[in-house]
Amino acid sequence: MKSNQKPVSGSYFPRDRVRQPDAYTPCYKTSVVRSPHKALISMNNTLSEITGPVFGHSMLGDLDNDMMTNYAAPGETAIGQRIIVHGRVLDENGNGVPDCLLEVWQANSGGRYRHAKETYVAALDANFGGCGRCITDDNGYYIFRTIKPGAYPWPNGPNDWRPAHIHFSLFGHAFAQRLITQMYFEGDPMIPHCPILRTITDQNAINDLIAPIDLANTIPMDARAYKFDIVLRGRRSTMFENRMEGN
Amino acid sequence: MAQKLNFLKESASQTAGPYVHIGCVPNFCGIEGVYPEDLGSRMINDKTEGERITIRGKVFDGTGTVLKDVMLEIWQADHKGLYPAVNEFRGVADANFIGWGRSPGDYTSGEYVFETIKPGIVPFIDGKPMAPHITFWIVARGINIGLHTRMYFPEEKEANAADPVLARIEHKVRIPTLIAERTGDGEYTFDIVLQGDNETVFFDI
Ligand SMILES: [Fe+2]
Repeated sequence: MKSNQKPVSGSYFPRDRVRQPDAYTPCYKTSVVRSPHKALISMNNTLSEITGPVFGHSMLGDLDNDMMTNYAAPGETAIGQRIIVHGRVLDENGNGVPDCLLEVWQANSGGRYRHAKETYVAALDANFGGCGRCITDDNGYYIFRTIKPGAYPWPNGPNDWRPAHIHFSLFGHAFAQRLITQMYFEGDPMIPHCPILRTITDQNAINDLIAPIDLANTIPMDARAYKFDIVLRGRRSTMFENRMEGN
Repeated sequence: MAQKLNFLKESASQTAGPYVHIGCVPNFCGIEGVYPEDLGSRMINDKTEGERITIRGKVFDGTGTVLKDVMLEIWQADHKGLYPAVNEFRGVADANFIGWGRSPGDYTSGEYVFETIKPGIVPFIDGKPMAPHITFWIVARGINIGLHTRMYFPEEKEANAADPVLARIEHKVRIPTLIAERTGDGEYTFDIVLQGDNETVFFDI
């Protein structure tokens, strides 16, 4: 934020619900009874929606963005293909979103989560917890190191498997921007078969969740890189808004 | 051909899934030693100003079954109605209040709990007051995009009747779904129904 500007406080562009998944998506069976049937009530953003909590970089530990070691015994690393996931958090105006909190979670390289409700037979990795977090820099840039998660089966259809994916939770500058999504890997043959991806009907919106291999940022003899940019809602400039700041 | 607007499009949401705890509240689900504590687990401290309140509740699906893999977040103003945010220009919020909380439902009962303070009055777009309220955001397996709603307070009858957001709701019979039940001194219950006859009002904000 430039020091001679007030932080922008305009309301957010309306969410493009055509690009977003519907609540009721029978291909993803759990959504059938967990989806509101009545229409959402539209409302203009008030202060309650355009504000949000502040997360400081000082809360982060040194290994928070390194899932390869942040749960591992000293000197050990998680088993799996070593990868870097990096990119920018942008808003719909194309500006980087600084100070955005990203929290990520994923299965281990065999497709197994470290969770009491997990039932898949694949082995746990004693050196892999599965969580990471970071906060974007002044340009909206972030970076993680991890191992590539495995595909896993889940009870939906009789033979449904999730493509390899990393879950992302994003906290931008306002509660209106709050978003949880998933990142997929370029070339994964399970992507077209995934009922959870099929909750999105816009193919461009699906493509935007697939991270390409990034050879330019791959570290030779060490770790491949995938680039994943995420877009949060943008906001209007305040100049002609029917809102007096300070009111 | 006209110029292109060149806006980007918001990334599509995907369900938080059943393992959202691993990323958001790892200590709660037994992944200890990575973060010192789960974010959003403490909203107040000894010095926070305002009336202490506890909000608890459950989230129900369309069959009346309690969700046991839900995660809720709340966002609210401090006791004077100021948000602890960088774009709060009306004053400086209580430094001992972060305004944001996160709670997973209990694995067995599904109950969520927030210990916080009662928020003050925040103005609507036109400057008129909104009734004291808390913004809720709900994610879970089977919810494709996070659901936004608001909790209002039952003792604020006059303020609720004048609230400009509640006034937007055409079907007045649904307004009680946004008003918590007061079960004791500073104790509130706010259940959320995802689907059905008593479906909670959710907002497209
Ligand atoms: Fe997953």
